[in-house]
Amino acid sequence: MHQHTLSELSGLLAGGEVSSVELTRHFLDRVASLDPSLNAFITVTADQALAAAVEADRRRSAGEAGPLTGVPIAHKDIFCTAGVKTSCGSRMLDSFVSPYDATVVERLDAAGVVCLGKTNMDEFAMGSSNETSWYGPVRNPWDLERVPGGSSGGSAAAVSARLAPAATGTDTGGSIRQPAALVGITGLKPTYGRVSRYGMIAFASSLDQAGTLTRSAEDAALLLTAMAGHDPRDSTCVDVPVPDYAAGLSGDLTGLRVGLVREFLDDGLDGDNRKAIEAAASVLQDLGAELVEVSLPNLGLSVPTYYVVAPAECSSNLSRFDGVRFGHRCEDPRDLLDLYERSRSEGFGAEVKRRILTGTYVLSAGYYDAYYLKAQKVRQLIAADFREAFGRADVLLGPTTPTPAFRLGEKTDNPVTMYLNDIYTIGANLAGLPGMSVPCGFVNDLPVGLHLIADHFDEGRLLNTAHAFQQATGWHRRAPEGAFA
Amino acid sequence: MDWEMVIGLEIHAQLKTASKIFSASSTAYGAAPNTQANLVDLGYPGVLPVLNTEAVGMAVRFGLATHSTVAPRSVFARKNYFYPDLPKGYQISQYELPVVHDGYIDIDLDDGVTKRIGITRAHLEEDAGKSLHEDFHGMSGIDLNRAGTPLLEIVSEPDLRTAGEAVAYMKAIHQLVRYLDICDGNMQEGSFRCDANISVRPAGRHEFGTRAEIKNLNSFRYIERAILHEAERQIDILESGGSIVQETRLYDPDKDETRPMRTKEEANDYRYFPDPDLLPVVISEAEIEAVRRELPELPDEKRGRFVSAFGLSEYDARVLTSSRALADFYEAVAATVSDKKLAANWVMGDLSGALNKDGLDIETSRISAGALAGLLGRIEDGTISGKIAKQVFEAMWAGEGGADDVIEARGLKQITDTGAIEAIIEEVMAANPGQLEQYRSGKDKLFGYFVGQVMKATRGQANPALVNELLKKMLAG
Repeated sequence: MHQHTLSELSGLLAGGEVSSVELTRHFLDRVASLDPSLNAFITVTADQALAAAVEADRRRSAGEAGPLTGVPIAHKDIFCTAGVKTSCGSRMLDSFVSPYDATVVERLDAAGVVCLGKTNMDEFAMGSSNETSWYGPVRNPWDLERVPGGSSGGSAAAVSARLAPAATGTDTGGSIRQPAALVGITGLKPTYGRVSRYGMIAFASSLDQAGTLTRSAEDAALLLTAMAGHDPRDSTCVDVPVPDYAAGLSGDLTGLRVGLVREFLDDGLDGDNRKAIEAAASVLQDLGAELVEVSLPNLGLSVPTYYVVAPAECSSNLSRFDGVRFGHRCEDPRDLLDLYERSRSEGFGAEVKRRILTGTYVLSAGYYDAYYLKAQKVRQLIAADFREAFGRADVLLGPTTPTPAFRLGEKTDNPVTMYLNDIYTIGANLAGLPGMSVPCGFVNDLPVGLHLIADHFDEGRLLNTAHAFQQATGWHRRAPEGAFA
Repeated sequence: MDWEMVIGLEIHAQLKTASKIFSASSTAYGAAPNTQANLVDLGYPGVLPVLNTEAVGMAVRFGLATHSTVAPRSVFARKNYFYPDLPKGYQISQYELPVVHDGYIDIDLDDGVTKRIGITRAHLEEDAGKSLHEDFHGMSGIDLNRAGTPLLEIVSEPDLRTAGEAVAYMKAIHQLVRYLDICDGNMQEGSFRCDANISVRPAGRHEFGTRAEIKNLNSFRYIERAILHEAERQIDILESGGSIVQETRLYDPDKDETRPMRTKEEANDYRYFPDPDLLPVVISEAEIEAVRRELPELPDEKRGRFVSAFGLSEYDARVLTSSRALADFYEAVAATVSDKKLAANWVMGDLSGALNKDGLDIETSRISAGALAGLLGRIEDGTISGKIAKQVFEAMWAGEGGADDVIEARGLKQITDTGAIEAIIEEVMAANPGQLEQYRSGKDKLFGYFVGQVMKATRGQANPALVNELLKKMLAG
């Protein structure tokens, strides 16, 4: 049953072939027996899940069910969930039970999904390997000695190992697409402003965007339709109508202009990886797409730009974690300064501290112009490169990551090599564009991701491209073998 | 040596919006601690600010009334610092691009001179909460009801040269924000407060001296005293060969002194940057025009109109336009009274006196404008004299009803019957034969005595003009 995609499960529920309670039990059992080797979940909400499943079955028998009613999913532990611990992967929020639901959670609840629990993640979404979590690293279902990527590593591993049919995630510099690529699933980061950020614990506000980790583009389309749309509680959430993305999946790519990004396919990309990407481009061509070459000349500046903008925003966003109102507070503070210093020293891990310090530095008097302001200008240049590219192409194509999943501990001592893992994904965040990673092959028995980027609010075309590719190739149907089969 | 002060003020006016600037919590004053702070005000993980556009409209109103430029695009920034009453660890304010800039206001000085004071900028920001350091046994209490209350920070140019000018400026802004109905001006509750930047320089020198900033002045009297005190402190230092340290000082009204809070070296680096959670505030020309059309008549215009349309003196017009409520009250009275000066005298005299005595203001007056107009109408139509009117006023103030009710109940109607007055004059003449004889032999001054006797006999109700006329005739014999 767990090998079915979300869309297939939706069909089984609609046909009465399975109940939500049965499905929920099945996935909860898998989580209980298999998650100890993965560490994908921080919190499992079995009781709430079963209660929600009962309610979903009731709705279905009352004829009130939608396509997602009764389908189990998992939420990244960055989304606030009322009455449930919301840790953001940090000791700082280990004791934090949110009093409210994030908009994403609220909307999916309204659609009738059943939440199995909250997934592990890099602390405050800062990391590319899920090794910065206070709750320990998550393991890659394809090779338990390897990382699943991050920061949505728990969601990615859970979906890849079939512990949940789908999960939510967030993507600030690649945190959905990179782990999706490393565990062989489909990751969608929508346009900045497509999905509300309300209730999603902020890392870098101008870059953060909620999205999905699923087994297929079709599943992503189903979930996005329910999650997206204007929210008056988020001023940056844009009031653009939400189409039925699933209904828009024609599979027809005739006339689609696919842009091969020169800078994505240069010498930095390892040979086997490159072959997989080039093969994927040929598949799209065979499906009727036209391949054109495009260039993003300033893309090389995206990593340094990102590592100024994101830490700057994070240094301010994380100031509220001060031990005064919620979250970790040190024992017996001597005075106010001691309360601040020890609560934050104890509550935050090394990577979070590194970024707070970097961000504080780049915003400081005397450095602001040289770093923050300059980074914002470069960001405009990168966005302009994309605008130009979208004059010639409808969808851009490249790899999601430079290499397949690396080993646990391999990059933890050198933050810069870790940061370079996001080199292909960060551009879409800086420009606010929607991006996807879809499985496109294997290198050394490890999954490789194809990266697709579309223009603002063009998720429909992006999803259709991925869908057509998946219909033609079936890479997305490959599951890790052994214990997770 | 002669010294000159250079003063600039930063006024914080709390805007009269029903809810906070970035959340739906109420801004009402005086609720139990932390009962008017929702998750957004508390800075909970994941929450986001949403701008209350009513606050923007109020800032635009202020901008237009001060001849300022209203920025077509302004930006909210984060001012980062840690303090327990600042829940997010940053205050959302406007920094590089304020909503209003480059305006002025004219102030009237005691010597009758008008001085133009530049307004550098006015920007929107959220207030912090309150730290309570007493009653918590060595700990501090935090009340976040005020956190997120909208403020308009109005920054003047350093154009003020005396404490008197500073007070006049602050009063002019105070009057204006109440006219515009954007701030209740309540200084006790902190709705209107200011920081003062003060430096001194030898008279005639062009360069500014080093300044000190005096924080949190919340009364006209304190600001005057704090400025005088601070200038004196600086002059003493300079005259004894010292130099001024740029610092922030706090005024202590109990000790009437300022003392240092922090020096420039200790000043926070606030690490301002544009708030990525909020879009730039974009205001179109059409929106500005819509606000302009709704702008009320401002104090200067109203004062001019009171002089030209009602024939009042500059002084009376200024007093009556000191607040919009008082001006509205006066206009309502004057609407049905033909003698506008009479109406002005009563509003500024008896009514203001009664309000002061009972600690009321014009909005809570015990006599409405209509009722006062009714009373003045009875003077104008000769029913009562001005003197009797004062008695009627007191009775009305005490709640005995309208002018006609009091006149009727107390039988205060003026005697205008010639025969009745003649009869009383006869009696008075008969009772005072000596005075009559003296008068008739040329002692004209005694005329007043006879008037007094007649009025006394009629309990002041005889028509004074008629008494004069008849007495003159009858005394002459």
